[in-house]
Amino acid sequence: MSKRIEVKDLNVYYSKFLAVEGVSLEIEPRSVTAFIGPSGCGKSTFLRTLNRMHEVIPGARVEGEVLIDGNNLYDPEVDPVLVRRQVGMVFQRPNPFPTMSIKENVLAGVKLNNKRISRSDADDLVEKSLQGANLWNEVKDRLDRPGSGLSGGQQQRLCIARAIAVSPEVILMDEPCSALDPISTLAIEDLIEELKQEYTIVIVTHNMQQASRVSDKTAFFNIAGTGKPGKLIEYDETTTIFSNPSEKATEDYVSGRFG
Amino acid sequence: MTTAAAPIRAKQRPGDRVFSKSAVFAGSMILVTLAAVATFLIVQSIPALFADSEDASILDTNFWAYVGPLVFGTIWAAALALLIALPISIGIALFISHYAPRRLASALGYIVDLLAAVPSVVFGLWGIGVLAPAVQPVYSWLVDNLGWFPLFAGPVSGTGRTILTAALVLAVMIIPIITAISREVFLQTPVLHEEAALALGATRWEMIRTAVLPFGRPGIISAAVLGLGRALGETMAVAMVLSATGAVTFQLLTSVNPSTIAANIALSFPEAYGINVNVLIATGLILFIVTFAVNAIARWIVARRAEFSGAN
Repeated sequence: MSKRIEVKDLNVYYSKFLAVEGVSLEIEPRSVTAFIGPSGCGKSTFLRTLNRMHEVIPGARVEGEVLIDGNNLYDPEVDPVLVRRQVGMVFQRPNPFPTMSIKENVLAGVKLNNKRISRSDADDLVEKSLQGANLWNEVKDRLDRPGSGLSGGQQQRLCIARAIAVSPEVILMDEPCSALDPISTLAIEDLIEELKQEYTIVIVTHNMQQASRVSDKTAFFNIAGTGKPGKLIEYDETTTIFSNPSEKATEDYVSGRFG
Repeated sequence: MTTAAAPIRAKQRPGDRVFSKSAVFAGSMILVTLAAVATFLIVQSIPALFADSEDASILDTNFWAYVGPLVFGTIWAAALALLIALPISIGIALFISHYAPRRLASALGYIVDLLAAVPSVVFGLWGIGVLAPAVQPVYSWLVDNLGWFPLFAGPVSGTGRTILTAALVLAVMIIPIITAISREVFLQTPVLHEEAALALGATRWEMIRTAVLPFGRPGIISAAVLGLGRALGETMAVAMVLSATGAVTFQLLTSVNPSTIAANIALSFPEAYGINVNVLIATGLILFIVTFAVNAIARWIVARRAEFSGAN
């Protein structure tokens, strides 16, 4: 189910502006990797290049390679649509489809992939995905109600259920808890811990406690100044990054002495 | 004994008062206007409702037998026009909002808006002068080859000025308004939902189907209702293009065509006198009611799924 990600010397451009420069790193399967760094340092931009979601923005392009189990995502023959079916994504703000019920939301991705699915298979998949997202017990009696009627934390878990329903290899999470209260955040963090058994997870977070709680490895991104490209400063075991980083900038950032 | 504390009064600023009064005035004006029109129609209609052929020369038997075919023609022409215009308009709107390069999109938007500003008499002239002769051979072919299909039964009209041609002209007239509203609604689709669909591995069309169209559904319905309203009430273009006989028939290509209420009023009014005038006004009242009913149905459709509208 989970795959290894290898990034080689990746540059990301918005038209002519170089947003992220020279990132190389390797992400192990069945692990949680956190990206931390100040706002605007390119960590979300970089995250989006892992499933080609940056291409939604006009003018965005990359140079370099992203290999998932050895296959380059940016090979000219690769269809971005197929990439995104392998590499799922959870966004900063919960975004269940408002016109769909809870059940339809979970099945949205499966229906897209043009699979015909029998009613009982669909019900099983809904239950399995919602249980996988720790949401089943809360919503099992109202699967036909609109997804937008849930609380923020529940909506975010619904989005996670929707992402895992299509059985991706990798799940990208772009600050998944930044719009949630602490209890919902805890629920998501617990969930990440469980999902790690099956999926490769990459999470962008502004919350350093969160990074240290959930991740195995941490990448610190920084930016030299406005208009300069973001760079990967240090990438190591999370414990090392937070206790004994090799770069001064990393130490300053994780200890709150940033600047 | 303590003195009662004086209640704290909100300070009335002149700006607030002027604004609130003018808003109330504007809001009530629409009701007053509507009431005035409705009153006029009802009062003037009453003599016609009970008239027979002795009172009014344009009636064969009574008013209801007279207005029936007209109501049919009005709804049939407008429904055909909507059927033609709606898919095309949604297509244009989606092209402008989600497919076209930005510069082409804004140019197209201008052109569509411009189309809305063309006077209906121009569309009428175009319908008679260009469209009807152009489609007549097509109609002949349809009757010859697909005449077994009830809608295309013959004999074919020699002029091409049939109900289908009128519906085509109406469709061209309502495309701009449906397109403009749909486009605005499609552009409002939250990026969040579009990205949600794309991140699940949706193609562009699948993204539109899962995120854009469901979100835009109430807007599409409103746009269709406005377009339908215009098609129901359109007078000049239909009066010029349609060669009507007043029959009730679904056949699209023959020279036997139902007329519409508005076109009939325009064509008959100059020669009307006495109770005949009331009869025509009464048909106007019926059109008013039909349009009102169409609006009510559309609102009901929109409200039915308000819970899933995306507004919450």
